[in-house]
Amino acid sequence: MQSLILGTRGLVVGLSVTLAGMSATDGRAMDPSDSVSPAAESDVDFAKQIAPLLQSRCLGCHGPQKAKSGLRLDSVQSAMQGGFSGEAIKPGNSGDSRLVHVVAGTDEDEIVMPPEPNTRLTKEEIGLLRAWIDQGARWPKGLVLTLKQRTASRPADDHWSFQPLRRSAIPAVQQQTWVRNPIDRFVFARLEAERLNPAPEASHATLIRRVSLDLIGLPPSPAEVADFVSDSRSDAYERLVDRLLASPHYGEKWAGPWLDLCHYADTDGYLTDQARPVAWRYRHWLITALNQDLPFDRFTVQQLAGDLLPDATVEQRMATGFLRNTLSNREGGADLEEFRVEQVVDRTQMVGTAWLGLTVGCARCHDHKYDPVSQQEFYQLYAYFDSADEVNIDAPLPGEWEAHQAKLPEYQQRRTELLRPVQSELAELQARWEQKLLHAAAHPSQDATWYRKWELLGLTWGGWGPDSRGEGQLEGTQIIRLDPSERTQDQQDRLLEYFLGNGGLVDPQRFLDLELEELLNQLRKLNAQLPTLTRAPVMRDTPIPRTAFVHVRGDFRRPGPPVEPRTPACLPPLPDAVRGDRLALAQWLVSVKNPLPARVTVNRFWQEFFGRGLVVTSDNFGTQGEQPTHPELLDWLAVEFREGGWSMKAVHRLIVTSATYRQSSRVRPELLERDPNNRLLARQASLRLSAGQVRDVSLAVSGLLNRKIGGPSVFPPQPDSVAKEGFENRWQVSAGSDRYRRGLYTFLQRLSPFAQSVTFDAPSLSRSCTRRERSNTPLQALTLLNDPVFFEAAQAFAARILREQPGDADERIDYAFELALSRPPRAGEKQRLSSYYKEQLALFSEEPSAVPLLSPPQLADGNAAEPAAWTCVCSVLLNLHEFITRE
Amino acid sequence: MTPQQFLLIQQRRCFLQQSACGLGVVALSELLNLGGRTVVASTSSDSLQPRAPNLPARAKNVIFLFMAGGPSQLDLFVPNPALNKLRDQAVPESYLATLNDALIKGSARAMASPRTFGKFGDCGMEFSDFLPHLGSCADELCMIRSMFTSTSNHDPGQLLMNCGTTLFGHPSMGSWVTYGLGSESQNLPGFVVLLSNSGKGVDAGAALWSNGFLPSDYHGVTFRSQGDPILHLSNPQGVSAATQRARLGALADLNRLHQQDTGDAEIASRIAAYELAYRMQTAAPELVDFSRESSATLEAYGIQRETTRWFGSNCLLARRMIERGVRFVQLYHSTWDDHTDLNKNLQTNTAMTDPPAAALIKDLKRRGLLDETLVIWGGEFGRTPMYEVRRGPGMDPEKAGRDHHPFGFTVLLAGGGIRGGQIVGQTDELGFHAVEDRIHVHDLHATLLHCLGMDHKRLTFRHQGRDFRLTDVSGKVVEKLLA
Repeated sequence: MQSLILGTRGLVVGLSVTLAGMSATDGRAMDPSDSVSPAAESDVDFAKQIAPLLQSRCLGCHGPQKAKSGLRLDSVQSAMQGGFSGEAIKPGNSGDSRLVHVVAGTDEDEIVMPPEPNTRLTKEEIGLLRAWIDQGARWPKGLVLTLKQRTASRPADDHWSFQPLRRSAIPAVQQQTWVRNPIDRFVFARLEAERLNPAPEASHATLIRRVSLDLIGLPPSPAEVADFVSDSRSDAYERLVDRLLASPHYGEKWAGPWLDLCHYADTDGYLTDQARPVAWRYRHWLITALNQDLPFDRFTVQQLAGDLLPDATVEQRMATGFLRNTLSNREGGADLEEFRVEQVVDRTQMVGTAWLGLTVGCARCHDHKYDPVSQQEFYQLYAYFDSADEVNIDAPLPGEWEAHQAKLPEYQQRRTELLRPVQSELAELQARWEQKLLHAAAHPSQDATWYRKWELLGLTWGGWGPDSRGEGQLEGTQIIRLDPSERTQDQQDRLLEYFLGNGGLVDPQRFLDLELEELLNQLRKLNAQLPTLTRAPVMRDTPIPRTAFVHVRGDFRRPGPPVEPRTPACLPPLPDAVRGDRLALAQWLVSVKNPLPARVTVNRFWQEFFGRGLVVTSDNFGTQGEQPTHPELLDWLAVEFREGGWSMKAVHRLIVTSATYRQSSRVRPELLERDPNNRLLARQASLRLSAGQVRDVSLAVSGLLNRKIGGPSVFPPQPDSVAKEGFENRWQVSAGSDRYRRGLYTFLQRLSPFAQSVTFDAPSLSRSCTRRERSNTPLQALTLLNDPVFFEAAQAFAARILREQPGDADERIDYAFELALSRPPRAGEKQRLSSYYKEQLALFSEEPSAVPLLSPPQLADGNAAEPAAWTCVCSVLLNLHEFITRE
Repeated sequence: MTPQQFLLIQQRRCFLQQSACGLGVVALSELLNLGGRTVVASTSSDSLQPRAPNLPARAKNVIFLFMAGGPSQLDLFVPNPALNKLRDQAVPESYLATLNDALIKGSARAMASPRTFGKFGDCGMEFSDFLPHLGSCADELCMIRSMFTSTSNHDPGQLLMNCGTTLFGHPSMGSWVTYGLGSESQNLPGFVVLLSNSGKGVDAGAALWSNGFLPSDYHGVTFRSQGDPILHLSNPQGVSAATQRARLGALADLNRLHQQDTGDAEIASRIAAYELAYRMQTAAPELVDFSRESSATLEAYGIQRETTRWFGSNCLLARRMIERGVRFVQLYHSTWDDHTDLNKNLQTNTAMTDPPAAALIKDLKRRGLLDETLVIWGGEFGRTPMYEVRRGPGMDPEKAGRDHHPFGFTVLLAGGGIRGGQIVGQTDELGFHAVEDRIHVHDLHATLLHCLGMDHKRLTFRHQGRDFRLTDVSGKVVEKLLA
């Protein structure tokens, strides 16, 4: 039965059609709404893509040993002959091929093949099968397939990404002239096979803006553009690239994606979202490491286990701040162990995502049939991090140590004097308090009040309230377990102060009698006089390692079997003799045998330069992820990365100097049809800038940007309604030029993230993110039009033009264009902007009161209409699609 | 392409034959992208144009009152005498059999509800004494007592209820619906999100109203009920309406010139976003201006009372948006995650939400909007019939709480296409497992799309080589729920 209901509606564009209740009419009973996967859109390789399907899913019953229903699929003759039910494959027509319908289960009367539900073909696999048939069902001559059982226990063993990394042979291409380096041979060989031409090289102006934004995240100045455009040396572009790679802003740009991976923020998260005033120390380390091109193997080892290196330096320990970006729940009533476990789980996932490209966290609660990592393996990986604790260390900034040391003797003397009168009583009280807490810790159900005191010691230690120092969670509970003689002076002092502030319960009356509250005040005043040593968040191993367990259904309260630290079985193992600690894990990650980290990392680089990775699912190289579009290129790059001394800058240089990268991003109509997602790389991609970059380019072009590198986070202006959303109203807008720092330095509150960042798709600050979305919404329009930050930029931009370009309006429009877009305006653009300038001037003659409000405050005369009109012109430029896009 | 061609390839069989010519049949695959929808949108700028659905529609709009954290069905909707009788006793082994957990099996103790229940409406539907207002809407409501879901953790549970999958990166229900039907509003986004919380933290995150892999036009837009409804809605001081128009005119022209140069379709989207932004500047202040609402309306929604103002404003905004053609309004209220202090926290949350939610249903009804608006009330899962095991029994009953429970929970429906005044489904005696008319989240989604005139199996979007849909690979329309 076929029934169509047609109707038309007037639409602004096009014609609308409604339809309902259609069904197929060819005699087979089929659910009309059932959707068979469409054919894959790329060339199918029988040996690689189809043969394994047939071998693992079909040949068991339709092969050399059995030929059920008379069908065998192991040779081309038998496969094309079909079985008792007739032809199975119609080359060139998958829609009429019985095989497709049987595996897709489109016919209700027919059993779906294979009969075991967990071995059925996925939609992607059916799509491949269809594409293969549509492409003529080509079967390499003489190839006879042998039976290969799909092993139920380890579906992942033969998964592509776990295979050893080998340097791929560089393919030959016909059009040698296109090729600038080996990357191009991989890309162009594929294009030639597809009979597509690559795009021409982008203009010099586009290239310098593109490569500047990609390498340092800032636009080039008009002078830099002019220098490059007029540089006729054959290696002018390479020289430009080398200058950018050496820029100290390179580390700022490349810190961005890495901070997304470890979900860096300046607050704890959870309900109380306390500040972490020294979180930035890790960010600073990261920027420095990237600028120094710290080789990726050492970069890895230091961040995961810098504290375990022999004679670890403060810098190496600070690298472990990577692992300190997990959330801390300091809310009273939270279970200490619960949130410690959450942190360990988060660390495990972070490492899984960043280095292995695997969503290992999926296995937290139970096994998943097709996931490469089992629950047991997840907790084995977890075990590497289970014995690592949070701690803050003194990591003095330049000059601090000397100043501190100079004052220290006097400080110690005065401290001793302050404490002397009550010393013995204090020692006795504190000892009792410590005993009470330790007893409560060992017997949680005996005394709820003291147990709660114990929990609070763990939760709020050094990280609560306006004096929050962002200290390691649970550190207080560790210090108190040490015998006083084992504590450092600093630990002893801090515990004493915690006791004075929180220990009254042990003997309230004597606390009053001894005036201990006042003593604490005195100590605090004294502390404030001692020059500080800025601290840094790091990790260290617990003295007594914890035993990790499988958590039944992901619940730490339900311990399953104990587990030893061990790496996932889908990857080459650690040597047996190696100790199971974080250092061993880190070294295993970057060992020659481990194929994933190099693949995963160069893929993320590629994604940053082209908008999408060679593996689109940059967070998932597992069996549920996508296949690479250019597997040989991915492997070649990964080997190049590893064998090139793990230099990140070298790989970046290789990519940006390729002809592939230098292509124009212009969309050719034929490409839009053939390859709308640009999988084949026959052009570059236009990419909207990230949230931080949108801010940075606006400030840079307007001349407001403060280019200082590194240091603590800052509080740029943002709407009150957002600033007040946080747990504490801590958003005191930074003074002076700190208002104009790059987006990277904005104080990140997990609970109430910076409004402009959210609007421009900054990711959640609670979980690892490997690739940001790029949305296009009216809220972005409103932000760029009306957010005071961007309007102030427009005013400053106007002032800059008036100051730096004394010529007439036309010359100023040229200059404004060059500043904003790194290119001169085309005739039509110039005309339109010029007519807008005049239109705006005319409007001001009717609205003179608007003039002083819009005029750049940098200018002395606020009543002249021209500067105000330039503000409006500049605002238009800062709102252009092209302005917030890297072409 | 002609409509006839379009219809032709809507048929899968035909599609299979047409695509036999092999690779790169992009026009075709483009259509397949749209195959689940009913019209061809040639550029993004008309992606929010209203579209008629492909089945008879019983509702046009949706208001989803999402109660994040897992509200306790046993203390709000389902009186359970057997559980009360078993108060503080060990839960019989048979109920725990499927929980597969030694710890729970050994220590689960029944937690009787501290609440009392009454019968409401002609239908005699039961509500606890915390929900007298929703109770007064009983004859409009369909109470599903046999919901179940696939996960017992918040993030995946909320994603499943909002986006039809436990994974990040998929479109929200609101995105799917606006993708399918477009928006009736020229001046407001088609999919709007409103947030409130009771001061115990915010559960819901932006992933729940994300467009996922759908075009960004379908992203949920967050409105604020206090202060500026949308950030940066107002022009900077000195930018008059005339200046704003002139500024936007020049901007659009320059963007268009650049689009001609580059062929970048994203620029069309950008132009459309600026156009919508401009229209929102006019429409939004009017939208949030309650001054022309009657005092009776303001009173009913609780706008004047501190306790109810926040959620009440969101409910009233929801009605005003529906009136103005917004397709999908999603309210999130956090948090009902009452592991402890359940009784006290429920009181807080119900005091905030019960009067406004009921006012919304009655107001929609009075204005004749309920017939075309589907209202949903529910969270990602329910709560256990036993005490939170870690805390154990014997604690202060006021401090007691329940754990997450995915096997049997309650959701309320009202309005377009739904048969009110009925209870559907039930759990076993102690409330552990839905046993009768079991309804999975996918089934709820399938039914919701059905009410809107869309076949959930045909509302698809091609992404990464696969046709995705809200209901993943399952879901069936639950006829019992339908009017």
